Amino acid sequence: MVEKAITGEKRAFMTGNEAVAWAALAAEAEIMYGYPITPQNEIMHYWTRLAPKYGRKFLQTEDEISAGFTTCGGVLAGKRAFTATAGPGNILMQEAMSMAEMLRIPTVVVVQQRGGPSTATVIYSQQETTLTCFGGNGEGLRIVYSTSSHQELFDYTIKAFQIAWKYRFPTFVLGDGYQAKMRESLYLYNPEEKGIPLAEPYPFLGQEGRPGVEREPSHLRNTYNTEEELYQIISRYVEDYERMTPEVVEYQASDFEDAEIVLIAHGIVSRAARAAVKALRSEGLKVGYFRPITLRPFPVGKLREIAPKAKKLVVAESAQGQLFKLVQEALYGETVPLEPYFKPGLGITSEELVEFIMF
Amino acid sequence: MAIVPNMPRSWRVETKPHKFCPGCGHGLVLKALGEAIDELDIQDRVVFGCDIGCSLLAWDFFNVDIVQTHHGRTTPVMTGIKRARPDRICIAYMGDGGGYAIGSQHLVNAATRNEKITAILVNNCNYGMTGGQMAPTTLPEMKTETTPYGRDVEETGYPTQGPEMVAAIAREGAYTARGTVANVRQLKNYLKKALQNQLEEKGFSFVEALSGCPTNWSTNAKATWAFLEENMTKYFKVGEVKVPVKEEE
Ligand SMILES: Cc1ncc(C[n+]2csc(CCOP(=O)(O)OP(=O)(O)O)c2C)c(N)n1
Ligand code: SF4
Ligand SMILES: [Mg+2]
Repeated sequence: MVEKAITGEKRAFMTGNEAVAWAALAAEAEIMYGYPITPQNEIMHYWTRLAPKYGRKFLQTEDEISAGFTTCGGVLAGKRAFTATAGPGNILMQEAMSMAEMLRIPTVVVVQQRGGPSTATVIYSQQETTLTCFGGNGEGLRIVYSTSSHQELFDYTIKAFQIAWKYRFPTFVLGDGYQAKMRESLYLYNPEEKGIPLAEPYPFLGQEGRPGVEREPSHLRNTYNTEEELYQIISRYVEDYERMTPEVVEYQASDFEDAEIVLIAHGIVSRAARAAVKALRSEGLKVGYFRPITLRPFPVGKLREIAPKAKKLVVAESAQGQLFKLVQEALYGETVPLEPYFKPGLGITSEELVEFIMF
Repeated sequence: MAIVPNMPRSWRVETKPHKFCPGCGHGLVLKALGEAIDELDIQDRVVFGCDIGCSLLAWDFFNVDIVQTHHGRTTPVMTGIKRARPDRICIAYMGDGGGYAIGSQHLVNAATRNEKITAILVNNCNYGMTGGQMAPTTLPEMKTETTPYGRDVEETGYPTQGPEMVAAIAREGAYTARGTVANVRQLKNYLKKALQNQLEEKGFSFVEALSGCPTNWSTNAKATWAFLEENMTKYFKVGEVKVPVKEEE
């Protein structure tokens, strides 16, 4: 059994990457596979320092294709395995995650978004939203948590393991370079002591007993011979996903009851949005706030409840409309106008949002 | 009375006859592997990964746990499993396209890290599953769908010498060999030694198997064997390339 990394609750002041490494320890992750890329590197750096003390493992792979597939292997072997990446690495990671979707492998991937397309910047963006939600040649059957603070990076990294193993869909924690590199205070805790369940892993392969004699062999495939066969499998997966949706979907919403304008943002931009709403309210403006925490599955129901009451929705993001598309899709058929505030690859402050909405 | 063919114990009878084309070498490689697994008595511990390529047809071939991965990605999947569960015997089974082209970085780096897994690569001089295109192992002058006038080495380079490449990279303790389906007994011995190497945790083990693809070569039985035994072995030397040094030496 792995040794407990955290007992009790500890106040800490650290970077988001460090918080992720501690969260993975607290979630009793057993092995990390990874390939260097900024701004994710320090997750590996902290992990490699901490892991041996608690009997955990690490493998530095030759690229993110390999990091993704070795993570699949670790999970198939029955371990809480994870990896972390960003930008161009996230692109390479998608191949393995499409296999994870097909074989229902509960991988956990932490993404610290950087600028795109291409190598772009190593700093910050929200441009990996579409890729993380829908990367791969499939239907986006995955869970994506978009965090906005170090506390959430810690909380949702722990949760990602539990949810991934419970529902068997690949699960992503979508952070960004700001969250990765900033220092912020948070509470580290032992999830079990708080009654938060841990993932319950089991091997998909390599169980005890002679296959074909004492038990059936596990034969896992991702190739099918006929259209009908595949259609049946995917339909079952989609059904599972839809059944799961009300149980995992998460959002924050406030000040929307009387709101004329609702400001929508995700991730770290939602902090600017929340501060802007507060400031605008104190000016007497009726502005509400909505933030999807799960981008996949998207909190469609709540948004559809809030939106028609408003005169206008403003979608603010550090990308050219990736959240906007999700909102648009969720609101199909509604007539409330959507106004974009797009800053691809650039941070967004509460002041500029206040100004944008006031004038 | 029906004659029950002699099958390795670790084969899954329910999935036989297998799905490879008649005369295909894959079946013989898997026969040698089945016998090696039986003789080492490791059926309980083996986890077998197959690539995309004709090797994918082996996804239900054995009474061992099997995962079918992506084209070129079987080596990292098996590496991931081995790192997480060192008590399993992990076998990555792939074609020459999978191992030497799209997945070559994984082969090279698994060898460099001396991963304690066994990679088995079926060299049939072409991309079989996709209909006979040039592979890294296509012989000079050999015609394929993408080299209709013969492979021009000036343009496309020389065939990959896989075991030699792996032997040059891998550390002491690694095992590399090239066998052929023309000598199944020898191939089985190489596979056994490779698996033994993993069992003893000495290092990476790699066996290339020369194999026939009559479907894409458009050869009859006689011509298939002639190509395998004459043309291929001229370029690809059969034998052990690197064996672990004995401890006392
Ligand atoms: C990323 C990706 N690219 C291409 C393919 C298409 N593809 C399937 S099998 C194959 C070639 C297989 O050749 P080889 O590895 O030599 O195996 P063989 O069929 O000859 O045994 C290719 C290119 C794929 N499945 N995935
Ligand atoms: S195409 Fe070639 S390699 Fe594939 S099963 Fe047929 S003979 Fe074998
Ligand atoms: Mg081939």
